[in-house]
Amino acid sequence: MSGITNEGLVLMGSAIGAGLAVIAGIGPGIGQGIAAGHGAAAVGRNPGARGEIMSTMLLGQAVAETTGLYGLVIALILLYANPLIGRL
Amino acid sequence: MGSMMANWTAAAGSQVMLADNAVDFSAHYLMPINLFGQTVYLTTTHVTTFIVAVVIITLALYARHQIMKEDYEVPNGVQNAIEMLVEFLSGVVKGSMGRHARPFINYVATIMIFIFISNTSGLFGLRPPTADYGTTLALALITFVLIQYSAIKTSKFRAFTNLAKPIPILLPINIIGEFAVPLSLSLRLFGNMIAGTVMMALWYGLLPIFVKIGIPTFLHAYFDLFSGAIQTYVFAMLTMVYITDKRDAED
Repeated sequence: MSGITNEGLVLMGSAIGAGLAVIAGIGPGIGQGIAAGHGAAAVGRNPGARGEIMSTMLLGQAVAETTGLYGLVIALILLYANPLIGRL
Repeated sequence: MGSMMANWTAAAGSQVMLADNAVDFSAHYLMPINLFGQTVYLTTTHVTTFIVAVVIITLALYARHQIMKEDYEVPNGVQNAIEMLVEFLSGVVKGSMGRHARPFINYVATIMIFIFISNTSGLFGLRPPTADYGTTLALALITFVLIQYSAIKTSKFRAFTNLAKPIPILLPINIIGEFAVPLSLSLRLFGNMIAGTVMMALWYGLLPIFVKIGIPTFLHAYFDLFSGAIQTYVFAMLTMVYITDKRDAED
């Protein structure tokens, strides 16, 4: 372990952190799937309201997506705009 | 934050951690401008925003010329399309805001057109201006100002005491919730667009030539058209819902 510099350590930590951050994508995946299931059931019960149900479902899913996107933005910041390197 | 991120991404663009230097999804500095002793840069985003604005203004002026020129009672092609667009946007705003719609149709229709054309400009070879956090933060801050103005106008001074409403101990949480609105609006739009931009840059940068012709159509159809259209709809709907929420608070 003699050859690891401080900068290398920070980059390693950032890369691992970026990978862990995107695990936040599990939540929206499950939530949006459940919402799509309820939307499909609603269309089954009331086929005439398909357009409105779809609009409401897409709106709800896009709002639920936000927390997964927070994880992606943190991962992108750590990989490509790393603020920790400058603090060495 | 937009300029900070543009700063770091332009600097970090030279230390891309990938194998091939042809992967390039960041906004670049194009030209330095010296203002009052500070150096600011003209970036890719300025150029793409300008192109989007020129396209929208040209379409609008062309439509106006068509309407002014002919007999107004006999609409021709462009006028039909513009009337359909205006009716659609007006219907969306009135359907969501009900009786509060009148002052806001112009603003919401404008941001819908701007965000939609910005998001789908990836199809035409531009880097979408909404893939820069500065653009989306500016749009979200305008919405934030409108929301707070509606709150103060409807509830006068009670707009601030309403933050302590259910239990006074919730006051900091409600304040953070108020500031979370523009933050989440801007990050949602920015995250969707930057995810599409990164995916397309990876695809075009790393793969051999024969999968770059024809197959990226489906990726563009998803990331630019579908995702772009849904994000404009969501941004507009959330703006309208938050404003209506503040305006209905005194019933």
